[in-house]
Amino acid sequence: MPKDHGIGASIKRREDVRFLTGTGNYTDDINIRGQAHVYFLRSDVAHGRLNKVDTTAASAMPGVIRIFTGADFAGVGGLPCGWQVTDRFGVAMKEPGHPVLAQGKVRHVGDPIAAIVAETLEQARDAAEAIGLDIEELPAVVDMKAAIKDGSALVHDEIGSNLCYDWGFVEDNKAAVDAAIKGAAHVTTLELVNNRLIANPMEPRVAVGDYHRATDESTLYTTSQNPHVIRLLMGAFVLGIPEHKLRVVSPDVGGGFGTKIFHYAEEAFCTFAARKLNRPVKWTSSRSEAFMSDAHGRDHVTKIELALDADHNFVAIRTETYANMGAYLSTFAPSVPTWLHGTLMAGNYKTPHIYVNVKAVFTNTVPVDAYRGAGRPEATYQLERVIDKAARELGVDPIALRRQNFVREFPYQTPVAVVYDTGNYDATMDKLIEMADMAGFPARRAASEAKGRLRGLGVNCYIEACGIAPSNLVGQLGARAGLYESATVRVNATGGIVVMTGSHSHGQGHETAFPQVIAEMLGVDESLVEIVHGDTARGPMGMGTYGSRSLAVGGSAMVRAAEKVLNKAKKIAAHLMEASDQDIEIKDGRFHVAGTDKSVAWGDITLAAYVPHNYPLEDLEPGLEETAFYDPSNFTYPAGAYACEVELDPDTGRVTIERFAAADDFGNIINPMIVSGQVHGGIAQGIGQALLEGAVYDDNGQLLTGSYMDYAMPRATDVPFYSVDHSCVTPCTHNPLGVKGCGEAGAIGSPPAVINAVLDAMNSGGIKIDHIDMPVSPARVWAAIQTAKA
Amino acid sequence: MKVTMTVNGATCSGEVEGRTLLVSFLRDTLHLTGTHVGCDTSQCGACVVHVNGRAVKSCTMLAAEAEGATVATIEGMADADGTLSPLQQAFQDHHGLQCGFCTPGMVMSAAALLAENPKPTEHEVRHYLEGNICRCTGYHNIVKAVLAASGQDLPAVAAE
Ligand code: FES
Ligand code: FES
Repeated sequence: MPKDHGIGASIKRREDVRFLTGTGNYTDDINIRGQAHVYFLRSDVAHGRLNKVDTTAASAMPGVIRIFTGADFAGVGGLPCGWQVTDRFGVAMKEPGHPVLAQGKVRHVGDPIAAIVAETLEQARDAAEAIGLDIEELPAVVDMKAAIKDGSALVHDEIGSNLCYDWGFVEDNKAAVDAAIKGAAHVTTLELVNNRLIANPMEPRVAVGDYHRATDESTLYTTSQNPHVIRLLMGAFVLGIPEHKLRVVSPDVGGGFGTKIFHYAEEAFCTFAARKLNRPVKWTSSRSEAFMSDAHGRDHVTKIELALDADHNFVAIRTETYANMGAYLSTFAPSVPTWLHGTLMAGNYKTPHIYVNVKAVFTNTVPVDAYRGAGRPEATYQLERVIDKAARELGVDPIALRRQNFVREFPYQTPVAVVYDTGNYDATMDKLIEMADMAGFPARRAASEAKGRLRGLGVNCYIEACGIAPSNLVGQLGARAGLYESATVRVNATGGIVVMTGSHSHGQGHETAFPQVIAEMLGVDESLVEIVHGDTARGPMGMGTYGSRSLAVGGSAMVRAAEKVLNKAKKIAAHLMEASDQDIEIKDGRFHVAGTDKSVAWGDITLAAYVPHNYPLEDLEPGLEETAFYDPSNFTYPAGAYACEVELDPDTGRVTIERFAAADDFGNIINPMIVSGQVHGGIAQGIGQALLEGAVYDDNGQLLTGSYMDYAMPRATDVPFYSVDHSCVTPCTHNPLGVKGCGEAGAIGSPPAVINAVLDAMNSGGIKIDHIDMPVSPARVWAAIQTAKA
Repeated sequence: MKVTMTVNGATCSGEVEGRTLLVSFLRDTLHLTGTHVGCDTSQCGACVVHVNGRAVKSCTMLAAEAEGATVATIEGMADADGTLSPLQQAFQDHHGLQCGFCTPGMVMSAAALLAENPKPTEHEVRHYLEGNICRCTGYHNIVKAVLAASGQDLPAVAAE
């Protein structure tokens, strides 16, 4: 029988009740008495010299309180970048400034030029139209390869080039890789594009700045995945406000997917303006603004070569990637195409020689940073696509080719720095074959063909590095932050428990899943445990939620704190029962002296801790509250195998997803229902990338996909029911819960499965084609079919 | 101008401008912040409410147009004592929400569907919810929740 509480139980989510009744507290639901509204006047050209911003007439418009421009931020720090990459020659990346409001130049459509603060949003918007702008338009830098040729216009004149860095990994491996490729029996080469995406959490970003002159305290309410990080970045690097005078609150947040990790200009502005004006200042992004101001994702152009020996063993991989940084370096942008991408290039396979080259390029487009998976989907996509292409070229079964090269011995040191602690790639592949009913595929293909359709099956594996990360390691790699997590477990006098975690839930269900761990450890009911997150005033410094790290890192911190609580509780219990704490054990929610019928209840212990009349005061402090900071010793490595079955209409080019199966190894599972939900959502985003989504700029740097009219989001009719499984478990060897993380897998594992399926369908119909770029829109498929026929 | 309408059974009035959208009136004037705004092109469905029994995107209707209307929002879906309606309960039971931002619109759309078509097929559910975007759930559990709320045998109608 499935468990009904504790670790492993599919407990229904407690947070759902407020979300289902309209009583959630999202940032836009916060209105502070006396608040003013800000509207940002944004550049409508991609690149231009800002000669003049005339606010005279606009400042006199009704309701306008004050108009700010770049000049008001002359003495204020710019938005900082949190990761410094060193290039293949040992030189630090180029790091141009990123002003809160544009200074001197505008560098992408959407770059904020002026901020109009008024009594109402409508008044602010009306006044924006009265601002006189003199912008001398400059040639837009859009294409990455052209951007780094001599003579290109420069996004940042002062750095003399559009190249942010030219990274080689591992540079010392390069010669061996080149030699291995030269001597290989077979080399498969593939050029592909990992399309630019826009994260599109359904809640647009919001920032509300508040200030209390009497105490000199600022508060920022913001839609963030990591409020403590925002406090540190904005307080220390932008505005110069120490932590004890700055509180950042991220209440209910309506999805993040990476794009709400970063510190944005609007947050700094609202905090700054609230102090200047001594009034609360609120900004709510419209969806149109979100398209041109939320950091975008992906946008890689890659050439990958896979070399095989005569027996089809992988011998070397070499890649060259152009990665778009956009116009400015967003908070963690430099790390995405490097450390979150190059280190995963081994995939699930033993390939002795690997070399990854990445050229990061500035363009006049919205900054690009982490989006669900961040670097790992890009690595997985190119690797799993090139393997499929190699199998087709060699005439071998793509699953067999993968299996032949699987890593089977752990720990496994890859040639790209990371060490996989554990895994079982055969197990997830076996599971997948069963779930996807591959045996029934020929019959389903025949049925499709009878209707004049083509049917394809695509399979791939993936591995990702999650639970980011050992702080000392990422420090060496250029991170300007620690990547531990914190938790305080506060036990109250009558037994209730509050856990203050640095992790942040914006849909992941921490309020339900974290108590399951505490309940299991302390032998109490989940209803006794409350989770507090999202407020720098209510918990210790924490690093937040991204990279599937909440349970692996935040959960581990919580376990460590709970262990301290448990040890102390045992000592108190031992005192109450005049026994040794070594003999105390928990059974049925009570603390027993082993081998006797003596026991005390949890409430007896907690009350004794706070009313310490009968208490070992000479040995033990009163109270029952403990904090732990957990710094992981390695990444975790979730892995699995995915299969997609598509039907393709050769007359229209339309592709429909008929079946999708995902077999994942996430290590131990706390709440299977939540885990399945995470995978479902990730798969839909991966299908979105493969079939529908793509942010497109024209040659002038105009964003052509600036709303839901032009940017195709997956809708309920675009996806099937998915078959997901996470019963193949190899527990993580280095964190106390044995968990690996499940938040990004779906988005990482699914795009290659879809594209492999589309190509299988086309080839099965005699359309000889070895690659098609995402998104495979009907137009693109149809055109590919016509080209192949011609 | 002044508008008056019945919202979740109570008569409500307030001052609005001609350009005030129904969703702004609900959120800003009546402080019914359960109805959300997810876009500015009428395509996400986060703002769906019922006006005179029909599902309406409240970002596409002026408050003034709702003069005298009967409006139902997510805040009115549960019983007065807080007990969730069967549809809301099905969303919780089947994990049909994650961040919860699309949820009010999803529930209101799904309620309108079930009122029109009490036993929809999977295809009909997906089709009806096409105007509601969810970025979190991949729709899987939303579709299951709606089918379950319709009282149909889930394994029979929602083969995974
Ligand atoms: S807010 Fe998006 S449809 Fe109304
Ligand atoms: S639950 Fe987050 S958008 Fe649907």
